[in-house]
Amino acid sequence: MTNQRTIIGALIALATGLTILGVAHAAAEPALSAASTKTINDAAPKPTSSTADHTKFEVLQAEFKSGPEVTKACLTCHTEAAKQVHLSKHWTWEYKNPDTGQVLGKKHVINNFCTAVASNEDHCSACHIGYGWADDKFDFTVQENVDCLVCHDTTGAYKKLPGLAGHPNYETMEWPPKSGRLRPPTDLKKVAQNVGQTSRKTCGACHFRGGGGDAVKHGDLDSSLETPQRYLDVHMDADGLDFACSKCHVTDAHEVPGSRYAPTTTDTNGAQMRGSKKIRNPVTCQACHGSAPHGKADAKLNDHTKKIACQTCHIPAYARGPRHAKMSWDWSTAGKLDEHGTRIKTRNSIGKVEYDSNKGHFTYDRYVIPEYQWFNGKVKYTLFGDQIDASNVVKINEFLGGPEDPDARIWPVRVFRGKQMYDKGLNTLAVLHTAGNDDTAYWKNYDWDKALAAGMKAVGAEYSGSMGFVATEMSWPITHMVAPKEDALKCEQCHAKGGRLAGIDGAYIPARDRIVAMDMAGFSLALLALISVLVHGAMRIFVSSKNKD
Amino acid sequence: MQRIYIFKRFERFWHWSQAMLIMFMMLTGFEIHGTYTWFGFQRAVAYHTSAAWVLITLWIFAIFWHFTTGEWKQYKPTMEKAAAVLRYYLTGIFTNAPHPFRQSTLTKHNPLQRLAYLFVKLVINPLIWLTGLLYLFYGSWSSWGLSWLSLEWIAMGHVIGAFLMLIFFIAHVYLATVGHTPTAHIKAMVTGWEEID
Repeated sequence: MTNQRTIIGALIALATGLTILGVAHAAAEPALSAASTKTINDAAPKPTSSTADHTKFEVLQAEFKSGPEVTKACLTCHTEAAKQVHLSKHWTWEYKNPDTGQVLGKKHVINNFCTAVASNEDHCSACHIGYGWADDKFDFTVQENVDCLVCHDTTGAYKKLPGLAGHPNYETMEWPPKSGRLRPPTDLKKVAQNVGQTSRKTCGACHFRGGGGDAVKHGDLDSSLETPQRYLDVHMDADGLDFACSKCHVTDAHEVPGSRYAPTTTDTNGAQMRGSKKIRNPVTCQACHGSAPHGKADAKLNDHTKKIACQTCHIPAYARGPRHAKMSWDWSTAGKLDEHGTRIKTRNSIGKVEYDSNKGHFTYDRYVIPEYQWFNGKVKYTLFGDQIDASNVVKINEFLGGPEDPDARIWPVRVFRGKQMYDKGLNTLAVLHTAGNDDTAYWKNYDWDKALAAGMKAVGAEYSGSMGFVATEMSWPITHMVAPKEDALKCEQCHAKGGRLAGIDGAYIPARDRIVAMDMAGFSLALLALISVLVHGAMRIFVSSKNKD
Repeated sequence: MQRIYIFKRFERFWHWSQAMLIMFMMLTGFEIHGTYTWFGFQRAVAYHTSAAWVLITLWIFAIFWHFTTGEWKQYKPTMEKAAAVLRYYLTGIFTNAPHPFRQSTLTKHNPLQRLAYLFVKLVINPLIWLTGLLYLFYGSWSSWGLSWLSLEWIAMGHVIGAFLMLIFFIAHVYLATVGHTPTAHIKAMVTGWEEID
């Protein structure tokens, strides 16, 4: 009894002791954590990652009257910036392909959208990172002609308008033209004081809207990537990884890598280590993910990297956002006017322009399945002056490479199809003077001959006087809008007859490929064996039943 | 009627698990080849690969067993009575003639069986394993210096092996029913005990 009491007493004492300790501990803990959070959270607001607040800069307190004035101010601190920009393709719009010797770049190529820059500079240069490129007399050596703001604006208020030769509007201006809406002058001081790093929005100002509008040109780049969801792009996912363009297009000295004039289609390197001195394109998937990114359970997928670009499986379709990508452009129907002689614009059921007197007919699509082809990174352009075969489809640019080429991979490609002007006499793609406030601009007078003569003159050629329309194709590698892995292509989408890669030669694809004669022989022999044993068995049954009788 | 114990426990385990695996691998394999769709390509590949590793493991044990027990001698080819056995299956079996071959624990297989199993072990299986492993390790070809190989040839070799196995399978299953009763051989393969005259 006494023993029991002693034990119970001890237990009660122990329980009481523990309770007191617990309460004391619980009471102490909030006090402690309050103290510790105070030192972290009650400090000054989280500093920006930038070490400079441009609103405090004296040189930026001026009432700027033009873009070049702002640039001058920028250059007082960023002394080398303009010199760097002057060397970049963003500035020169010129690129000499070391493999083919072809001189490319926006300044020189002819595409099957608005077709050419020459003679239309004051419009096209709305996407040039400079001020004042109105015609072929632009001085590319002037430092203050560099437009810092178009890439480094963080306010969203800065906008270069077509027709202003790369300038934003400094006066109040009706925009869009004939819309009746007035656009106030650009607040250059505010923009200059709020510069920062480039963003999807600043890069997208041009790259989402190339070819004259949103979702026209690339197919895998449109304004839905300004704030995309994970579904649309797993890296740029605004609520997730939230990559800026520069996260992959790692830029050094204002030279942005990742040009599609000479893209890296094959990268057999592992992931790039920090500090690695190896000169390589930092934009490839492999630069981060390496060449064998799939885990042990999916190891077979790694074998595919010998033949297939990452993009082929991981970008199952392009234009997967809400925007419809432009799919074709037929210039041959341009120029029809209504009974009053004015421009016609008709829209399709989703509100996209289907016909425009200025430009001809368009088609659009969404969730577009790319075309697939071998591609080794070498591209051959059909440039002005190159002889064409107008009875066939002219390839504006041809992606080279085949199955035997160790540098080639199967790539998803957007093929933009169109019909455009060519000079029948010179037998070459033509340069059209489209935009401008002069008598020869096509969008002014709808006179092909005048507009072509002016366009061709701008590239030093004489229009023969005879024009026609030729079917063209322009290829664009698909590399953005990377889907989450659960949305990547499934094995069966290629490993089947009539699958995604039905048109690809030179690769053995299980379940797609077989030697028909061998299958016939194999199954015939197996069937013969089956018939033989069945006949043998039937005879045995027959004989044994006869024996029983 | 006399009963002799000719199939040991491991041998029976090996036979039946191998039979299951081979049937499963034919099913999944011909799906990978594109003959039909059942599991779906991705699962067919996963199942086929897993079954392959199980079968390889089983084979390692079986080869070990054959050599440590001396049972490999059961497959030594002989032409003695081969013609007689062939004649029996073509005619004698229908006239109730006696089987010219008498089973014993030292000679489990008749001369035709010996030849057939030897063909499986020396031609069909090596063909399937060699092409199958190369197929599986396609990603390592360049590091093994085998870049000159063609995936198509390897795949075709593998498919040829599969057809040979399918034909063997059909004949083998049927011939399992030609004992003194249709199920006599099958029972023996289950219990180990064969009844002989």
